[in-house]
This record gives sequence, C-alpha cells and structure tokens, in this order.
Amino acid sequence: MEHTKFTPQTWPDKAEQATMEGRNKFVGIWIFICSDITLFASVFATYLSLKDKGPAGMEFSAAELFELPLAFVMTMLLLTSSLTSVYAMYHLKNHNFKGVQIWMSITVLLGLGFLALEIYEFYHYVHIGFGYTQSAFSSAFFTLVGTHGLHVVIGLVWIVCLIVRNAKRGLNLYNAPKYYAASIFWHFIDVVWVFIFTVVYLMGVLG
Amino acid sequence: MGHDTHVQAKSKKQFEYDRHHNAMHMRKQVINFAIMIFLTFVAFAVVVADFSPYFIKPVILLLAGIQVVLQLYSFMHMDDKKASHMGVIATFVWSGVLIIFPVFLTFVTIIWW
Repeated sequence: MEHTKFTPQTWPDKAEQATMEGRNKFVGIWIFICSDITLFASVFATYLSLKDKGPAGMEFSAAELFELPLAFVMTMLLLTSSLTSVYAMYHLKNHNFKGVQIWMSITVLLGLGFLALEIYEFYHYVHIGFGYTQSAFSSAFFTLVGTHGLHVVIGLVWIVCLIVRNAKRGLNLYNAPKYYAASIFWHFIDVVWVFIFTVVYLMGVLG
Repeated sequence: MGHDTHVQAKSKKQFEYDRHHNAMHMRKQVINFAIMIFLTFVAFAVVVADFSPYFIKPVILLLAGIQVVLQLYSFMHMDDKKASHMGVIATFVWSGVLIIFPVFLTFVTIIWW
C-alpha cells in the first residue's frame, strides 16, 4: 500500500516494478520514449537537410557560428547529470531516501547549469542576428536544439516536483516507480544530446 | 490495489548479498560512465585535431552510436532481462528506430533546397 512503511530489510528487489502500477509506469515511459525517438529523428532529418540553407547572401554558416568549448562544457554537464541520477537509483534500490533526494537534487543543479548555458547560447545567436526567422537553417537549428531544451525544462520541473512532493513521505512503493520513470526520461534527454553534439556541433564545425 | 505487494523481510545473508550486488552494479555503471566521458573526449579531440572530414565524420558518428547503446543498455537498464516487459520495450524501441530510419534517409537524400 501507499502507506506501508518499509525498512531496508523489507524493501523488495526491483521495488519500482514490485506493483502493477509500477510495471505500468515502466512500460508507459518507454512507449513514450519510442514516440519521442520518432519526433527527434524528424527534427534531426529536417536540420540536416536545411543545414546552411537560406536566402542568397546569408552570412551565417554552421562552421562559423558554433563554438566547441561551450558545446563541450554543456555535454559534460549533461553527461554527469546522467551519472548522478544513476546514483539516485542506486540509493533507491537500497531504500536510502535521503540519498535519492540528494542525488536527484544534484541532477537538477547540473541540468540547470546546462539550461543556463543553452539560454546564453540562444541569446547570443539572436543578439548577433541569427534569429528564428533569419533563414531555413536558423529555424531548423532552433527547432531541433529548442525541442531538446524543452525536454530538459520538462525533466527539471518533473524531478523538482518529485523531490518537493515526496519530501515528507519517505520512499514507498507508490513513489519509487515515479522516481524511476523520471530517471529513465532524464537518461533519454542525454541520449538525444549525444546526437546533437555530434551532428550539430562537431559536424557543424567541420562544415 | 495497484500499489499492493507482499511484504517480506530478507534474511541477513540475503540482505548483505543484495547490498553487495547493488554496490557491484553501481561500480559497473561508473566504469560505463568513464567510457562515455572518454569517448566524448575522443570525439572532440579528433575534430579539434583537424583530420580530413571524410575520416572524422564516420568516426564521431560511430562514437555517438556506441555512447547511445551504452546509455540505453546500461543507464536505462535495457540489459536487465528480468525487468517487466523488457521484450515489449526492446521491440518498441528498435521498431521505432527501424520505422523512422527511411524517413530520415529520405530527408537527407532526396529533399533539397
């Protein structure tokens, strides 16, 4: 039950999938991720076919626009936040609620750092004249990276809600699947970013 | 109802075994993370090192592919065969990839500006 109190000794293996509700959430988040795969594949394909395309005399190209140091720092932040949420799931398995909350909070902080850099990057581009409507290239770029950024925002709001709402509840079979699903979603955000930094930034710099 | 399960205390031996098992699993995850960080460094390094783009592009795409498989199977637990409905999940993920790949291919080959 939602109100059953557990100790580390009575906490079941695979607690996040010990109940019907938990198993449903687990399959549900994955089916959502599959639909998200198709969404991102479409915006990636759009970006690749419109890369560097736009009105004649367009002054911006991927090779001149993108800066690797910023992309590198963003990649490191997001990759590390993926590991910290793995730590949170490790503590979830051991029924250490404090550990779950602390590591999820670190994940949120790293995610916020990533988001801040992305906002700075977008602001910088718009400031130098590379706005959303500037060219087919700029629209495709902001749609792709912005869709990922929106996923980061949703993930952050989701995890913060979990941390706040469950702060006094402690770990039980009702909220364990919720933490688990959020962590899987967060990893998926990282999966998409791996392709973004490779296809947009690294291959963009190559021209 | 949906949140019900049978509550049973573990024996001391079982508890210690599970703790150890979890710790070992976490160590494996950290190693996988180290591999991902290393691959990221390599990807950035080959671009900065200024090799021929015909060499760099396939290499960094391959590195991205390895990283994604590591994420899916290690961090997102697709390697966990005992997880509920893992067969269904794997089918959905890979058929999603299979269905969208021709769309992707079409966009980058026969659509032009």
